[in-house]
Amino acid sequence: MTSKIIGVSDFPDAFLTKRTASGMGQMDDQNDPVNMILGLKDVRKAAHNCAVFQSGAKPGRIVIPSEVAIRETRQIPFEVDPPEHGGFRELLNPWFKRPLDEGYQARLQAIIDETIDNAFKAESLDVVSQFALPLQSKALTLLLNTSMDKAQTWIDWGTHVFRSEDSDLDSDKANILYDYIDEQIENAIAIPGDDLYSVLLNSEANGKKLSKEEVKGVMILTFAGGRDTVINAITNSIAYFSENISDLKRIDDEPEILNRAVEELIRYFSPLTQMGRVATQDTSVCEHAIKADTRVSLCWASANRDEKVFKDPNNVDFDRKVNPHISFGFSHHNCLGATHARQILRQLVLSLANKVAQIETIKADENIEKLGEFSRKVGFNSLHVSFKSK
Amino acid sequence: MAKVIFITKTNDAVEVEGDSGSLMELASANGVTGIDGDCGGVCSCATCHIYLTPDDFKKVGTPDEIESDMLELDDNVTQYSRLCCQIEVSDNIDGMTFRVAN
Repeated sequence: MTSKIIGVSDFPDAFLTKRTASGMGQMDDQNDPVNMILGLKDVRKAAHNCAVFQSGAKPGRIVIPSEVAIRETRQIPFEVDPPEHGGFRELLNPWFKRPLDEGYQARLQAIIDETIDNAFKAESLDVVSQFALPLQSKALTLLLNTSMDKAQTWIDWGTHVFRSEDSDLDSDKANILYDYIDEQIENAIAIPGDDLYSVLLNSEANGKKLSKEEVKGVMILTFAGGRDTVINAITNSIAYFSENISDLKRIDDEPEILNRAVEELIRYFSPLTQMGRVATQDTSVCEHAIKADTRVSLCWASANRDEKVFKDPNNVDFDRKVNPHISFGFSHHNCLGATHARQILRQLVLSLANKVAQIETIKADENIEKLGEFSRKVGFNSLHVSFKSK
Repeated sequence: MAKVIFITKTNDAVEVEGDSGSLMELASANGVTGIDGDCGGVCSCATCHIYLTPDDFKKVGTPDEIESDMLELDDNVTQYSRLCCQIEVSDNIDGMTFRVAN
């Protein structure tokens, strides 16, 4: 644990040496080792080859750290392979594209405006728990199409769904989420509405009505997949602008660069470090043998700093017009919530650019992931800042 | 001013016109089904995949390495595939018809 107020916007490339030397890294994870694929082209090829590198393994096994010990429900469509995966995506994609609707964006803007106004009123605040978490939770009510008052429950759970101070995988904490979702599903059965639970309960995929277990699988994914990642992206963006306020001013002056800026921040931060797959047969990556029924990881964070693809990969460059980052994954299993996440970030960054004159960091506690031989800064446990309005 | 036609997967023809920006932006702004442009045009998502005719492909030009790498791993790629976020709207494409891949 470190505390510092200078350098909060730096997110070093933890994988450079191994990526350039061999293209692969290794880590253990609860006695189920992981071969980490580090180069962008290799990651993309493996992500695309879902016959050899499968997602439909035992529920929880493709997640790193593995959730096998704390979860039996299969997350859908995330832990399902083609062709069934395609049927679920066909059902879910229109719902998860709703953030492109004007009405959705107007309601999101109200949440963002309120969050920023509260930050101005406070002398200082912890961005993680008092800005990013409430914003993420309130925005999630839009994605689920539930009432805003639900957000307080999710805020009260704290920053992490599965993590407590004592453990990276806290089954008691995970059960709070699973029990909550079970309860919400029962409520939706009793009194159907127009929320995601009700819609899914009355939907079919692959020619079959979704079971309660499948609905639960979609909901767990929606809650868990978009929590730490969105919180990291929001917090890290504020950390970045605290030391690069001229970039925020530039977005205010040149709003046409907003999209490029957001994509570049997402590339640089890579809010989700990696995702696993399980090999279905003996194979190889970068001349490294991969045995059947062992795990590999698609290391998005390393791939996004691949010097063979990105010029000056450790610089944040809002003029990067071609930016083939894979922060939202790649191929069939690209992130279902990407439209929602992008919309939050685009509207948030533009609003910050319009309203904020200065962000002063008071203290920071970096969240460093220990990944075998690698240590990677993925975000912050806390980031205390003071916002000054224009 | 360029006037172009997109043919969607369901064979709907959508005629659009524009004079600047990318072809993906033009398609998105006109609600062409199958052109999502999730990444906003930075060549990260491959959700703006189209097919050109052989003659138009020659006229517009071949994709660069980054775009080719993206297309290579698309299940529906052909030798006349392009990501339309990488094609500028200009007189050069006036009159062309593009078939949406997804």
